[in-house]
Amino acid sequence: MLKAGRLIAVLMTLGLHSASFAAGGAKLEPAGNDVDNVVSLQRGARNFMNYCSGCHSARYVRFNNVARGLGLSEDQVIENLMFNAEKTFETIRAAMPAEDAARWFGQAPPDLSLMARARGTDYVYSFLKGFYIDPDSPTGVDNVILAGTSMPHVLWELQGLQTAEFTNVEQQGVVFDRFELFSPGALSPEEYDSFVRDTVNFMEYIAEPVRSTRRKLGVWVLMFLTVFLVIASMLKKQIWKDVT
Amino acid sequence: MARIESEIGTPKGGFMKWIDDRFPFTETLKAHATEYYASKNFNIWYIFGVLATVVLVIQLLTGIFLTMNYKPSAAEAFASVEYIMRDVEWGWLIRYMHSTGASFFFIVVYLHMFRAMLYGSYKKPRELIWIIGMLIFFVLMAEAFAGYLLPWGQMSYWGAQVIISLFGAIPFVGETLVEYIRGDYSISDITLNRFFALHVIALPLALVALVFVHIVALHHVGSNNPDGIEIKNHKGPDGIPLDGVAFHPYHTSKDLVYIIAFLMIFSFVMFFAPEMGGYFLEHANFEPANTMATPEHIAPVWYFTPFYAILRAVPNKLWGAILMAAAVLLPLFLPWLDRSRVKSIRYRGWIYKTALAVFAVSFLVLGWLGVQPAEGVYVMMARIFSVLYFGFFLLMPYYTAIDKTKPVPDRVVYHA
Repeated sequence: MLKAGRLIAVLMTLGLHSASFAAGGAKLEPAGNDVDNVVSLQRGARNFMNYCSGCHSARYVRFNNVARGLGLSEDQVIENLMFNAEKTFETIRAAMPAEDAARWFGQAPPDLSLMARARGTDYVYSFLKGFYIDPDSPTGVDNVILAGTSMPHVLWELQGLQTAEFTNVEQQGVVFDRFELFSPGALSPEEYDSFVRDTVNFMEYIAEPVRSTRRKLGVWVLMFLTVFLVIASMLKKQIWKDVT
Repeated sequence: MARIESEIGTPKGGFMKWIDDRFPFTETLKAHATEYYASKNFNIWYIFGVLATVVLVIQLLTGIFLTMNYKPSAAEAFASVEYIMRDVEWGWLIRYMHSTGASFFFIVVYLHMFRAMLYGSYKKPRELIWIIGMLIFFVLMAEAFAGYLLPWGQMSYWGAQVIISLFGAIPFVGETLVEYIRGDYSISDITLNRFFALHVIALPLALVALVFVHIVALHHVGSNNPDGIEIKNHKGPDGIPLDGVAFHPYHTSKDLVYIIAFLMIFSFVMFFAPEMGGYFLEHANFEPANTMATPEHIAPVWYFTPFYAILRAVPNKLWGAILMAAAVLLPLFLPWLDRSRVKSIRYRGWIYKTALAVFAVSFLVLGWLGVQPAEGVYVMMARIFSVLYFGFFLLMPYYTAIDKTKPVPDRVVYHA
């Protein structure tokens, strides 16, 4: 049983723990993505299915909904995105079985349906750009955003490998300073940035597929209410005319 | 038939008569709408009672449709909320209305309560209205707390864990009480089920009943006004208060304008910023509850943070919990703490005006402190503003008694 006192103690140590993460953690870089950019979303979907969905599920995301939201036909989705599913109403499942994943990585890779909403797009963007060579880590890399991550650098062939330079700042301890490219990848740094941006964009889209619908509807609702407000004010003036 | 008609009184005829002979429909409508007179000089502060009712209706209606698709089980709750957001027709709109409504409920209720403090609406003869209102506020807090567990996200789980564990600070019975509330040794499926029961039937039923009683009591004594003058003391030859206008059509037509303006603000948040920067929907709650990992910051939703800041300002857990409870309960005693001879702030002296301003600032600052980490200067600030918060209530009998008041006019101030 978790006694109240012990719970508070656990919370306090966790607080310290996250504080030490923050000391080693780097500042988040703005993702600069645009969820209304459908072409970017389509590229992001391709990236996601090719590089993420091997290990990560997006268990609330149906292929047919993705097709509708991204302006694709069901056939296009079947041919280009559905590697591990039979029917378009199915959701995005990871190719890798969760039990194996937990054994291999220490913990199963998290579901990505809502990751962009839970952590923010800047976080995911910076995380995917934040891997650096760490010979002490079992995966050979660590991450400046999430120190000690069990995720390997899946995109290393694209980004290449980089080392991280840390400096000792007074009162703050060791702080991340900058990356040095160790070996270049298939993409230039700019190309890699836009690859990650598209991927993050798709992740923001799947986190809340209804986003563009609600914004469009919101404009109509506010326009209706504005007209209604004018009529109601005229009615009020008319009724209150005789009050002195 | 003819015999019965003669017994009942003035013969009218038609369908309404048939109804009125059997149910006081016209009579009720007159008493509470077309012949309920409220002061004509209501300002914007007098809209929040109506708006609270509007939000209550929004919450009840959207709640019904959410319940049709939500699954109160630890294994399925989180997924069922995402099902509502993605697969249920218009489910996202219903859910955002409900989540936005929860925060707006507290915004309008806090402003409604502050109105009472501005114009002394809790003073004689409206003490019971105030006390019933406070009971509504307590039930509303419980309702919001129970509802917040239902999405079964990380904040749902850990927020409930922290708040329920507070009862453990009670000597002797604390730990037993905590187990009794949870129904388990930790927050689990069982806790979720009982919170669901409380959230969808027990507490809403209490809420609606108390709101009904609140309005009955209000219509019995009559509404206060920004001048704090009893309009019933100045009636015309027809028995109608000279400064009153009928609730319908006068106040209803005016309220409609404000309701639409309110719905515009509500819609703006709901359609363009439903998360409200992580205050209305906390980011960590988009991760399913994980009993093995605490989120970095555990903060209750914004409407509880002033009280949460008071809790954390005290180094001792038991005293922290006691002071937090005291902070919630103290306003109950306002009708007897306030010894001023006038009701409205318009005719009070500088001492009360200053005290009320200090109180308002303290409440807002405590609310802000409640979302900051409890460390360094924040702890000291929380202590200072907690003292000010309590000072407002505990010193009230003294400073309201010595505060110089201005003469109150006979009739309300109104500019057409």
